[in-house]
Amino acid sequence: MAYDKFTVLKSTAVPMPIENVDTDQIIPARFLKATERKGFGDNLFRDWRYNSDGSPKKDFILNNPVYSGKILAGGKNFGSGSSREHAAWAIYDYGFRCVVSSFFADIFKNNSLNIGLLPVQVSAEFLDKIFKAIEADPKTEIEVNLPQQKITIIATGENESFEINGYKKENMINGYDDIDYLQAMKDDIQKFAGQSIY
Amino acid sequence: MPTTLFDKVWDSHVVRRISSGPDVLFIDRHFIHEVTSPVAFLGLENRKLQVMYPGKTFATADHNTPTINQHLPVKDPLSANQLKALEMNSKKYGISHWGLGHARNGIVHVIGPENGITQPGMTIVCGDSHTSTHGAFGAIAFGIGTSEVEMVLSSQCIMQPKPKKMRITVNGKLGKGVTPKDVILYIISKLTAAGATGYFVEYAGEVFENMSMEGRMTVCNMSIEMGARGGIIAPDETTFTYLKGRELAPKGEAWDKALAYWKTLKTDDGATFDVEHNFKASDIEPMITYGTNPGMGLGISQHIPTAEQGSGKATYEKSLDYMGFHQEDEMLGKKVDYVFIGSCTNGRIEDFRAFASIVKGRKKADNVTVWMVPGSHIVEQQIKDEGILDILQEAGFELRQPGCSACLAMNDDKVPAGKYAVSTSNRNFEGRQGPGARTMLASPLVAAAAAVTGVVTDPRELIKD
Repeated sequence: MAYDKFTVLKSTAVPMPIENVDTDQIIPARFLKATERKGFGDNLFRDWRYNSDGSPKKDFILNNPVYSGKILAGGKNFGSGSSREHAAWAIYDYGFRCVVSSFFADIFKNNSLNIGLLPVQVSAEFLDKIFKAIEADPKTEIEVNLPQQKITIIATGENESFEINGYKKENMINGYDDIDYLQAMKDDIQKFAGQSIY
Repeated sequence: MPTTLFDKVWDSHVVRRISSGPDVLFIDRHFIHEVTSPVAFLGLENRKLQVMYPGKTFATADHNTPTINQHLPVKDPLSANQLKALEMNSKKYGISHWGLGHARNGIVHVIGPENGITQPGMTIVCGDSHTSTHGAFGAIAFGIGTSEVEMVLSSQCIMQPKPKKMRITVNGKLGKGVTPKDVILYIISKLTAAGATGYFVEYAGEVFENMSMEGRMTVCNMSIEMGARGGIIAPDETTFTYLKGRELAPKGEAWDKALAYWKTLKTDDGATFDVEHNFKASDIEPMITYGTNPGMGLGISQHIPTAEQGSGKATYEKSLDYMGFHQEDEMLGKKVDYVFIGSCTNGRIEDFRAFASIVKGRKKADNVTVWMVPGSHIVEQQIKDEGILDILQEAGFELRQPGCSACLAMNDDKVPAGKYAVSTSNRNFEGRQGPGARTMLASPLVAAAAAVTGVVTDPRELIKD
């Protein structure tokens, strides 16, 4: 088992209705110098979260005690830019287990699925409903049900289904990763490699 | 059935198709660098796995390296630690390592092609999103995360859902002062920073057919900046001429055999794409960005657009606010504090030739700090051999040593907060070139024009006919 299993997550959410949140914002390059995967959550959204002297920026959402939870709700085109998996690590390490957006950048989505952070893509309308629900009540709970592929705003019952390919879904539910799968098919890979012209 | 170039290469690398899941894709070439590989090697150790085909992985140090005094120990202990980890891991597993100081060291996406490691028809990955660069050779090349680096090391495969296909055709002839960088900045400005997410892009048409390999690399490099998984251009005589005789390109009979195969690598007439876009070369002028994603670009003579109503308005205003710009501002004449020429986008010999063509006979503007960083030692040597260094030095510029440098500012090459940089790199994100730094992306010609005038200047006014 490579990471924590994911089945049903019921939690409040942190809203970040900004579009094109790129991975340089999620974790700036100067914090990528570790050779181990730990502590990245401390620098999550570093330059949005802290002033240059290290004091917290009061108006940034993660510094507002009213908002908390294991779900991060972000604007359209979340996770664009650099392929750094550190972005997904930082979000996970901070304590989030699920990111909801109306659109994800490809590499970020793959990276998240590979470490057990669930990216849930919803319609722009549903995302807007989530933002409005949290605005009305920061304690609004959201349920992400992976087996049923359904996301629900608990207070209102509003819900939407989301897509995930069957293979990745099984992996997330069981906590398996691709490396486990690939190790089990090494004979096939070896045969294939034997025919390669490169 | 007529088939696209992308399908030909992808399908020939599928080891297994998983129903309602990704394809298991065999990887021909894997590049690693010091920043995104150490955790992958730790993963191997934790699982007690070996590197399956060490001969297919190539290591270089680039992201973290200083661009002056490379012969001295690296000052930053964290950077030094990553460089050491790359060296030790490469040694332990028998991987080729061109570390700091090696004659072939340089930015991963510069050294792969210039040493013939990158070849048509290959699948190529690296833990870096600008791996799309290698698509210029008719390869399927894209960036991956560290978990995937571990997959490739341990099994030479990754698992990927097959992307959809997009073709972008640009026909006609580019105008004076319009470079490959302007072509791709123009395309991204039309499609937006997320306009090609989920797609693999083939670039086609006269503009790309007539482009040098360096130019094609610049274009494919920035495919990721519109969200594309990668970009690809059909290999042709330009590609084969570039590759022939390079260090690790096939030789003799192997070359003839490879060449015969490479010549089949093109999209058949009648093959279909999920989406097609067509642009006219004559509509493109020298470009510059004004915001905080690469889609926020415009022709250099234009004014910053006004915000569109809707959900993106707040993001747009936040972006202009960060830049210290206003709607309807003119770009020409804006003050410039820093100029950066280099990176995997524009750090090749052709880029320095272009830069020198404007600089020749002029002087560096006093208010501007200029960082000139070659993409590799081989590029550095070319700059010296061709007499370009003399031109640059006469004008008051200094050449630094190769690396990623101010493109992502992991080393000391950071633009100070609030300062404006005209940069030939690929990302104008907030803080990308240093906390608070304000980046305007542009071509080497626009960068040169800014370097000698100290303000945003139309390079066409400085080009000698």
